[in-house]
Amino acid sequence: MLGRAANDLYWLSRSVERAENMARLLEVGYRIVLLPREGEGFHEEWRSTLQSAGCLDGYVQRHGELNTRNVVDYMLFDPVNPSSVATCLSTARRNGRAQRTALTREMWESLNSSWLEFSAIKPQSVSSNSLPGLLDWIRSRSALYRGALLNTILRNDTFYFSQLGTFIERADSTSRILDVKYYHLLPSAEMVGSGKDNFQWTAILRSVSAHRSYRWVFKDTYRPWKIADYLILNRQMPRSLRSCYDEVTQTLGELGVFYGTQHACHATAHATRDLLLEADIKNIFQSGLHEFVEDFIARNNKVSREISAAYHFAD
Amino acid sequence: MAAAFDEMNAFGGGVRAPYSAFAEWLGVQHIEQLAQKTAEAEALFRRSGITFAVYGGDDTSERLIPFDILPRIISGAEWRRLEAGIEQRVRALNAFMYDIYHRQEILKAGLIPDELVIQNKAFVPEMMGVEPARGIYSHVIGIDIVRTSEDDFMVLEDNTRTPSGVSYMLENRETMLHLFPDLFSRNRVRPVEDYPDILRRTLESVAPSNLSIEPTIALLTPGSYNSAYFEHTFLADQMGVELVEGQDLIVIDGELLMKTTEGLKRVDVLYRRVDDDYLDPLVFDPKSMLGVPGIFDVFRSGRLSIVNAPGAGIADDKAIYSYIPAIIQFYTGRAAILNNVETHNCREPDALKYVLDRLEQLVVKEVHGSGGYGMLVGPASSKAEIEAFRAKLTANPSNYIAQPTLALSTCPTLVNAGVVPRHLDLRPFVLVGDQVRVVPGGLTRVALKQGSLVVNSSQGGGTKDTWVLQD
Repeated sequence: MLGRAANDLYWLSRSVERAENMARLLEVGYRIVLLPREGEGFHEEWRSTLQSAGCLDGYVQRHGELNTRNVVDYMLFDPVNPSSVATCLSTARRNGRAQRTALTREMWESLNSSWLEFSAIKPQSVSSNSLPGLLDWIRSRSALYRGALLNTILRNDTFYFSQLGTFIERADSTSRILDVKYYHLLPSAEMVGSGKDNFQWTAILRSVSAHRSYRWVFKDTYRPWKIADYLILNRQMPRSLRSCYDEVTQTLGELGVFYGTQHACHATAHATRDLLLEADIKNIFQSGLHEFVEDFIARNNKVSREISAAYHFAD
Repeated sequence: MAAAFDEMNAFGGGVRAPYSAFAEWLGVQHIEQLAQKTAEAEALFRRSGITFAVYGGDDTSERLIPFDILPRIISGAEWRRLEAGIEQRVRALNAFMYDIYHRQEILKAGLIPDELVIQNKAFVPEMMGVEPARGIYSHVIGIDIVRTSEDDFMVLEDNTRTPSGVSYMLENRETMLHLFPDLFSRNRVRPVEDYPDILRRTLESVAPSNLSIEPTIALLTPGSYNSAYFEHTFLADQMGVELVEGQDLIVIDGELLMKTTEGLKRVDVLYRRVDDDYLDPLVFDPKSMLGVPGIFDVFRSGRLSIVNAPGAGIADDKAIYSYIPAIIQFYTGRAAILNNVETHNCREPDALKYVLDRLEQLVVKEVHGSGGYGMLVGPASSKAEIEAFRAKLTANPSNYIAQPTLALSTCPTLVNAGVVPRHLDLRPFVLVGDQVRVVPGGLTRVALKQGSLVVNSSQGGGTKDTWVLQD
């Protein structure tokens, strides 16, 4: 496979995953600002939503003031925003088109029709009533592509680079949500025990689609350290850092067998997974939740860079 | 202009034999159902991404080439004659190129004016003395054929450089099989679906001869903004070869290498869909970003086969075209089976006078033009358009050739108003390697506007599935 093709496939998957995460973050932020509350709380909420989505700086440059209309537009439609759903779907489709030969017909058609249908939406036609339906649709399109990938593609390097893109991006997304919202999960927050924090806990779980599964796993009310444990260390939870790194290391292992060589990315990814495997949430809180998350983000970025170097993404 | 020959009804004398089963079927179809099938076909094409980019104008978005669901049908006997004529022609064209780039016997014999070849933009002096594998220059050829009566098939144009359209031939058939399976049970239509397989075999057959292992084949595309990009991806996929761009290739130590996830890997056969000018900035256009510096030397040394070879454009140049019957006679010793269209080279003073006197009757084309751009269709043009063209022609006569306005055959075509006759042409595809293989079918292009004779997709033309019957 060409190095450029591997690069395109990797970023195709990252873009599809990112579009889904954008929709989920926006959905959570939107629910919160709709709530009756005092003061200018919604500003804070949009700020942290944009921060979790990694596009606060870009937004501020573009619009300055925070308001719902502009945030929705920036996260969904703005082609200037490198992470907007529009940009993600267009990147995914462009990379898919460039690598049409590597994709199955089902994969390509799902990308192509997502892009065609999304491009046909007029931003000004999206109302507060139609927004939830649109966000659902975006998530379902991502699911359709993933389903097509899992069901139809040969288990070769095309599949492996696609899997890596998905799980590196997902790990990035979950860790950024934790990075922005960690203080709601600190023990001191529970002491406060206000309705607002309970609300934030739900929001954090919702932003990784885990507010229902939490209850199945813990059979308990929301507790901040359990939420942190769930998002970081739980191996059942498909968006946890641990789950993502189970997938990343497994995929890199298969890629290593496929090509018959190991690279720096293998070592870094395994070390990262070992860290998650051996950690317990008490220790993480003791040595600092925020520091732990920041260290993870740096490691995840390093793995991504090392994958790109090992497989000649851009020579 | 005289009435046109209709592929289904001749000159109105009843349904022709190859169309009999189809005509019976068509007779009992409801127009609403056919319109519904057309919509289904369009949805299929759009979903599969079979689009093309249109040059010029602001609208650079992707468009579908309109697809007409009524097929064009050719009998087995008609096809055998076309096939023989095409095979003769492509053998002669390749012999001509070998000669031109070696001893130039045909010029010495005085059959073609020297300057027409030597000073031709499509002539590549760097190719002199180069020995391509099996002596073949043009391996993938599209021959544009028009029909004017029961027996008159004529070659309008040869495409010996990088002909496109074969993916439409294949997708049109897939779509028809999907939409009208019953039609294929009533007609024995010869399959075209093995084209990618034959193409691959052809490419393998011209690999450098000293290889000890299976040749590695790659398809070179200018990139995803090229109008034929869909076809490039389609063919690479169907053949199971890498689709590469110039940036994926590098020449090191006299070998062409591609940059893979496992490092550099040698390429032995390059099916290029990039024009000569852009192939190698060291030899051709130094500004080209699409090609690979040094690739021409690898080719010249015999360590790489390039398909079609550089310089193959000399055989389809419009100024050379009128000499093709003589070329066929010269290299095969026989008269051409398929005729040319009568052509006037405006560089010749007598011909120019003839053309200027009859502009309103003729079709005038630029020698190096393509895609239906920059041409005059006399009978369809206004006085002002003709006069404007006259000025261009007088200023630079050797840039033009002229042909009579042919009454291209028509075929039943579905438009909003119903089933009506529309003019069409035919581009069969030929592969030249260890054998000459003509695919039984081709791309039928149809002018969708009433009376129009311009079938190019860039000018509003559509396509049809092309059936060659087994009989």
